Amino acid sequence: MTTVDNGLDPAPSAFEGERMTAPQPKPAARRIRRIRGGFTPYSLLTPAIIVLALITGWPLIQLIVTSFQEFGRAQVFGAPPEWVWFENYANVLTDPVFYAVLIRTIVFSAGCVIVTMFLGTLIALMMMRLPKGFRILLSVGMLLAWAMPALTATVVWGWMFDTAYGVVNYILVNWFGMEEYFQHSWLIDPLSFFLVAGIIIVWGAIPFVAFTLYAGLTQVPDEVLEAAQLDGAGGFKRFRLIIFPYLKPIFLIVTILQIIWDLRVFTQIFALQDIGGIRALTNTLGVYIYQTSIAGGDFGQGGAIAVITAILLMSISIYYVRQVTKEEEL
Amino acid sequence: MSATVAPQQLGAPVATTGTTRDVRRTGGGRRRITTWVLSALSVLLFLFFVFPVYWMVNTSFQPNNEIRGADVNFWPEEFTLRNYATVLFDPGRTPFLPAAGNSIVITILTVIISLVFAFLAAIAVTRFRFKSRRTFIIAILVIQMIPGEAMIVSVFRVIDGWHLLNTIIGLTVVYIATVLPFTIWTLRGFVNGVPAELEEAAMIDGCSRAGAFWRVTFPLLAPGLIATGVFGFIQAWNEFIMALVLNARPEMMTLPVWLRTYLVANGTTNWAAIMAGSTLMAIPVIVFFLLVQGRMTSGLVSGAVKG
Repeated sequence: MTTVDNGLDPAPSAFEGERMTAPQPKPAARRIRRIRGGFTPYSLLTPAIIVLALITGWPLIQLIVTSFQEFGRAQVFGAPPEWVWFENYANVLTDPVFYAVLIRTIVFSAGCVIVTMFLGTLIALMMMRLPKGFRILLSVGMLLAWAMPALTATVVWGWMFDTAYGVVNYILVNWFGMEEYFQHSWLIDPLSFFLVAGIIIVWGAIPFVAFTLYAGLTQVPDEVLEAAQLDGAGGFKRFRLIIFPYLKPIFLIVTILQIIWDLRVFTQIFALQDIGGIRALTNTLGVYIYQTSIAGGDFGQGGAIAVITAILLMSISIYYVRQVTKEEEL
Repeated sequence: MSATVAPQQLGAPVATTGTTRDVRRTGGGRRRITTWVLSALSVLLFLFFVFPVYWMVNTSFQPNNEIRGADVNFWPEEFTLRNYATVLFDPGRTPFLPAAGNSIVITILTVIISLVFAFLAAIAVTRFRFKSRRTFIIAILVIQMIPGEAMIVSVFRVIDGWHLLNTIIGLTVVYIATVLPFTIWTLRGFVNGVPAELEEAAMIDGCSRAGAFWRVTFPLLAPGLIATGVFGFIQAWNEFIMALVLNARPEMMTLPVWLRTYLVANGTTNWAAIMAGSTLMAIPVIVFFLLVQGRMTSGLVSGAVKG
């Protein structure tokens, strides 16, 4: 027997002459080649880093420092701030008003997120089955709502819910005969204030959710769905067992974004209060920070509330960051 | 019912691959009824989404005494441009034009400067290998999540300390920092999408590295730059809290803060004028938004949406 040198390694195979092919190196996602640039990358980053350090980093440090100080109007005009360490935090955390605001914010955001995600998902599923013309119609409507600036949207909805001349009261009274809505004030009662605020927020948020989920839905392979249908899976079962698993990563990220955006809601609440709500009964965290510090002049306490809010939001967004860094090749 | 609807989605905001789902929809009246119900529902939803926009424009063209009648007009019975004249030229009110001027200058400065800075940073993180590259990207993602509401107090004090309250520069700098993380993140995605091999090919043909980037990659990035810029435009144009706190003096207001002065004005609220002002403020955003929405939809969830 002669050894034939054919340039290949001996094959670990039971059969003579047969050769198992080595497992292909993983078809790794296109490896992006990057060059070593010495100082170049750092100098390219310098402008961005300077801006972020000055306008985001420095105030962040200031915020944390202030939250440990007695910092009122006197200090704004030059009196040296006094260190009180955790007194501001103690004050905030023992203040029933803070808890009222916190719970109100969380309950309200939860409501908004749940309704937005539920309706957004339904609309996305619906868009899959709509005839083309109706789908375009719905898309145009949602795009317009999406494009409206939050403040203008709030102002317009506020006008629609106006006590005396609002179109909502008009329609309820004249079309549906609900006389009790004649001159009905929607914003005085905190509960219906948040109903209106919720409608504004959900109205503005659904388009993003629906479009994004719809984009995800179109990626679900048809063959799999068809196979499932042939195997006798009904509509809901197909959704639960096939569509949802495909959609899950997008669904999670969109939900997290909605939670973050709704928890930090400011414009809608603030402008609605201008139009006619009772501030003390309708403050959410973002507005409360503004009221305490800018309007009330207590920067120390406002700082403490801000830090608590930031910690709350950052701990939620950690999940988002982890999800994104996991999916992307950085 | 063999007329299968071509499943491309004109006007839908996301480019996707076509589906063939509709092919199956051939038999059964039940399906046809479902389609009808869904179509009717979609019209209702369309009305729900469009109504506020329609109502804003509708009110803005009616005389103020007309909208205070016992009846509601679903179409301007007496078409008037007076509200727009009030908003634009009435000397008794906080004037619109200076506010619009401030908004335009601040927004354009923000967009240009943040695009340049973000572009440089995006090149650094996509084309170069260096220590702490990953850290920088994660930092960008984290910074994006810091709530602006929590920062208003300290940003106010920092800007005040630099004597930049009620200035164009002050608000512009704050907006640049606000927009920058998102802009870097998005541009990074666009630059990543242009293969470095293209540049290398140009370099083999005799270009310098910078020349290759400038002549080959940059033109391919133009759409991405425009889309990202428009998104920054919308953010800066709509921003409310910082403007409210930092530029409260009437002559330095931006449009959102200006619009608010109408809400908190003494006396009865002039809704017709407010709607005219809202329309003027919303138009640029709506136009720009419609121009770029397709490109940006998946920006925020990039990584989760895989083609």
